[in-house]
Amino acid sequence: MEEDRTARINRLKWHCRRALLELDIVFQRFWEREGDVLDAQGEAALARLLELEDHDLWALVNGKDVTDDPQLKGMLERLRVV
Amino acid sequence: MSYTVRKFDAVIVGAGGAGLRAAIQLSEAGYKTAVLTKVFPTRSHTVAAQGGVAASLGNSEEDNWHWHMYDTVKGSDWLGDQDAIEFMCRKANEVVVELEHYGMPFDRLDNGKIYQRPFGGHMSNFGEKPVRRSCAAADRTGHAMLHAMYQRNVKVNTQFFVEWQALDLVRDADGDVLGVIAMDMETGEVVVFHAKATIFATGGSGRIYHSSTNAFINTGDGLGMAARAGIPLEDMEFWQFHPTGVAGAGVLITEGVRGEGGILRNSSGERFMERYAPNAKDLASRDVVSRAMTTEINEGRGCGPNKDFVLLDITHLPPETIMKRLPGIHEIGIQFAGVDCLKEPLPVVPTCHYQMGGIPTNYAGQVVIPKDGNPSVPVPGFYAAGECACASVHGANRLGTNSLLDLLVFGKSAGETAVADLKAGSSAHKPLPQEVIDKTLARLDRLNNQKGGSNVHETRLDMQRSMQKHAGVFRFKNLLQEGVDKILQVAEQVAQTEIQDKSKVFNTARIEALELDNLIEVAKATMVSANARTESRGAHVRDDATDTPETPDGRDDKNWLKHSLWYKDGNRLDYKPVKMKPLSVDTIELKKRAY
Repeated sequence: MEEDRTARINRLKWHCRRALLELDIVFQRFWEREGDVLDAQGEAALARLLELEDHDLWALVNGKDVTDDPQLKGMLERLRVV
Repeated sequence: MSYTVRKFDAVIVGAGGAGLRAAIQLSEAGYKTAVLTKVFPTRSHTVAAQGGVAASLGNSEEDNWHWHMYDTVKGSDWLGDQDAIEFMCRKANEVVVELEHYGMPFDRLDNGKIYQRPFGGHMSNFGEKPVRRSCAAADRTGHAMLHAMYQRNVKVNTQFFVEWQALDLVRDADGDVLGVIAMDMETGEVVVFHAKATIFATGGSGRIYHSSTNAFINTGDGLGMAARAGIPLEDMEFWQFHPTGVAGAGVLITEGVRGEGGILRNSSGERFMERYAPNAKDLASRDVVSRAMTTEINEGRGCGPNKDFVLLDITHLPPETIMKRLPGIHEIGIQFAGVDCLKEPLPVVPTCHYQMGGIPTNYAGQVVIPKDGNPSVPVPGFYAAGECACASVHGANRLGTNSLLDLLVFGKSAGETAVADLKAGSSAHKPLPQEVIDKTLARLDRLNNQKGGSNVHETRLDMQRSMQKHAGVFRFKNLLQEGVDKILQVAEQVAQTEIQDKSKVFNTARIEALELDNLIEVAKATMVSANARTESRGAHVRDDATDTPETPDGRDDKNWLKHSLWYKDGNRLDYKPVKMKPLSVDTIELKKRAY
């Protein structure tokens, strides 16, 4: 089971390699902070965000755009922590 | 370690603009084409290109390719090959119109034609006045371009291998290229993509620098693979820098900040630009500002614990002006500098942005190397396009909006040439050289089994700091000489990297170690080429290159009007002439580059 989590997290981490440097840095810091504690709900929320196009995702992270989706909102707040 | 072999007519490494454009050509011609990419195609770094693509369509005012050619030669500080530049500028309209037909949503004029806007360095009538030449899709030109070309590729059955890491070029004893060896990140499986045509479109390598605007994926994989296979790297001393990236992060701060009244200050709070450019001050040109910032840092007047950045101060501006005129800057300060720019100045440093050099190619997209006294002999079966290639159209400095044009024109021409070669060539694949495959497997084994080796993250940081200090935007003789020794020491560490995680599925530690193997080749090429070139030209500016009537602004055409070629073996340099003769028009004669 533990190995499954490692594989899942590694996959998510790779999907955080983006086209825009801004997002790369946001995700790098996120993993340094939360890599060991991310739970299944967090994984699901992150996976949904990672499906977005880079410009749209960056607009949500930097607050230019907003979402009403509670699951995404929570994860965006965690991503925005400096 | 085991591996399997898969056969294709063509394999393309990289699915950014150049790779996707080349793939369209091959798949439309009916060839079985594989495209390998580390990330999903529409997440390639082409997405970050916002400015537009240059083409002399003349939709808003008179324009023609010859004027565009002149601007590009001048921008290149005469280091660009004039045959390739003519080719690119003449092809621009064709590739832009094709892109429109693929579904690219260009901004439009009321009459339905593509809207065009002015961009720095693009002029009408041979440098007379600015011209509207850039075609854009809002501020998402690169992104829209990738989508249009990806859809086209899906339609023509290009086979994508997404999340694959290319490891090495397969080049046999005759020097022919027969494909690439790659790893599936999902499983760790190694596959030899055996192909009759191999196209590299792997993008830039800006991550060799500590401060870079490039995304993390830009690790020069194509350049590293080419260098290991004995292909030289051309003009690697030429990197375009932007003066104001956030220190430590690289995220760009627009020049508009200085336009609105932002002031650069050193550690004692001095507005140092008054000394370097008494009239223009903080609004001096990019290179003047970058040079001044570097001088302040090198002379010990930088800020922070390591004295390695200066400050961009806008605290004297009314907050409402900042929030209205400079949207996004406040958030960038908070996110990437940990600074509220309404109250505190932003830490900034000259930041690497674009790689002018690369794998040497001609305008047909063929990779070319010196052989038997001829400086540019095509390597059979090998092509390259986009930022990883050096055609050379950007020479010593690139004009904005010419990079998207480069990847369209040379992506297409590499694809076209590969199609022509496939038609003319043998129907059988040449046998694979076992010793080349074994060498790559041994490299993987070394990494997997290394004990007591160096840490990947620390070694990469050591390389990036060395590049930033010794071969940054403004270069000094002594620092460059020291830099060569330093980067060779780092290379020894790179050869002994160790990873703790040995798992197979999406092992990002392993991928980062493999990427570092590529970055270090680019870093060595840059340092050695920059140390040897004792003139200033375009983006390569040296403190010891003096301004004389024979060497205006330090540019020494008598001795240095030539392309550098760096070879990994022996860490040696060779040179080849610049092609001064265009295809159909007269040579654009040498003169001092002044705007």
